[in-house]
Amino acid sequence: MSVSVAFWVLASIAVLAALSVVLVRDVFRAALSLILCFLMVAGLYITLSADFLAAVQILIYVGAISVLIILAIMLTREVQRGSPSNRFRLPAFFVAVLFFAGIGYAMLNTPWQISSTPPLEPTTPAIAGLLFGPGGFILPVEIAPLLLLAAIIGAIVLVREK
Amino acid sequence: MAMQMLPPNWPGNFWAHWAIFAVVILVFVLLMVMFFIWLERRAMAVMQARLGPNRAGPFGLFQPAADALKILIKEDIIPARSDKLVHWLAPVVAFVPAVLVFAVVPFWGGALLADLNIGILYVVAISSVTIVGIFMAGWSSNNKYSTLGAMRQVASVVSYEIPVVLSLVGVILLAGSLSMQQIVAAQDIPFILLQPLGFLLFFTGALAEINRAPFDLTEADSELVAGYMTEYSGMKFGLFFLAEYAEALAISAIVTTVFLGGWRGPLLPPWLWFVGKVVIVFFVIVWIRTTVPRLRIDQLMALAWKFLLPLALLNLLITAAEILFWPAVSLWVLIPINFAVMIVLVLLWSRLFKLGWGKVEV
Repeated sequence: MSVSVAFWVLASIAVLAALSVVLVRDVFRAALSLILCFLMVAGLYITLSADFLAAVQILIYVGAISVLIILAIMLTREVQRGSPSNRFRLPAFFVAVLFFAGIGYAMLNTPWQISSTPPLEPTTPAIAGLLFGPGGFILPVEIAPLLLLAAIIGAIVLVREK
Repeated sequence: MAMQMLPPNWPGNFWAHWAIFAVVILVFVLLMVMFFIWLERRAMAVMQARLGPNRAGPFGLFQPAADALKILIKEDIIPARSDKLVHWLAPVVAFVPAVLVFAVVPFWGGALLADLNIGILYVVAISSVTIVGIFMAGWSSNNKYSTLGAMRQVASVVSYEIPVVLSLVGVILLAGSLSMQQIVAAQDIPFILLQPLGFLLFFTGALAEINRAPFDLTEADSELVAGYMTEYSGMKFGLFFLAEYAEALAISAIVTTVFLGGWRGPLLPPWLWFVGKVVIVFFVIVWIRTTVPRLRIDQLMALAWKFLLPLALLNLLITAAEILFWPAVSLWVLIPINFAVMIVLVLLWSRLFKLGWGKVEV
């Protein structure tokens, strides 16, 4: 009962925040709405008993990614008036509607399986076992840092003085 | 050391537990912040051969209360071309995370709001939200000093977050858990002895994250007036001030819990041990403030990326190797080894910051 109340509060604020990201003219306020949306999604993870994921969501999305977005905004001109719309306005609207319809159709027509086992408590040992244990996902875990390393080296090469 | 533990849902009911600890945490934070303001002013005065506040009450103890009253009745000025909504929200966004951290800090065995199994990760995640409030303040004030202060703060937090988290991983490896309760329970030997390098890196990085001196570039008075809070007055300024001291209190509480054994100690009641250790850690912070001069912005970045980050990685590697290869060895043996490792690494790395490996006189 209380979980479903929490879900509806979090979900409605998340949707409103996401809408205001798109509709608000002031780019800085749009970034702040995006942060609110990230926080609400973290709350949704908590209602799903995914506490580790919620903390990581706040740490990475609120603490790091939104700070980078805000830093990028600082380098933008005309922040208050936002980005004026151009001739791609209508095509972009149609693409967005099509995407929304596709996602909505897929979500409503998927036979979601609901697990009958209670959620794991505590979650961290299970996650660690899956990531690093035998028969786990150690290969993707190793590939991701390699990709990040390549990106870092690429960034250094791009900004290095000749 | 006997482990006196309270049941997890003390006093029995979920909501009663929640309400009692919410009130306890708020009262604890407000009282300790007022005490800290007094302690900082008096201790700094003694160290600088001054008197400090000594008129309001015995030893000037009521000075923070008098200041709080004064700040409450002051006029609230909002800059003319500022973003009013964001300007109004910023102090709240900066203050709330500083208080939320205390939800997982154990004051006693079992006496904490929520024993999350991700405790220390929660602390790191929540305290990273404060930066958003500071940035909102800097941007919405429509003042170049505010924006510059906020930019500096963002740069330092983004850089110092990494060594801070990495230096905590060593402790997590030793304790085998992320839960603050378990970390305290694992400290038969306080982790400051087993992780001296980790403690040093965490303390330095944490001071930079809450921009205490010598890392207080964001509010360097001689360059930036008051940094991001230049345009704030009245209670909104008070809230930022409160948030800053609440963060210092949070860092003291986390250092106490993670490195100094938390509420554990002989003879005295556990809560007294906890509060005593917190006050000692805060006193060291004040001591550092009066001793070390402020860094330049390039020195700030260099310290994070060239000194703290590689040392934090090495510390993690050494700790992991010790746990992997000598699981049976007594922890007492590791203490001298880890202290030797710390001294050698710090001396080696600090030579990198001197011209020509220390051979050239500047």
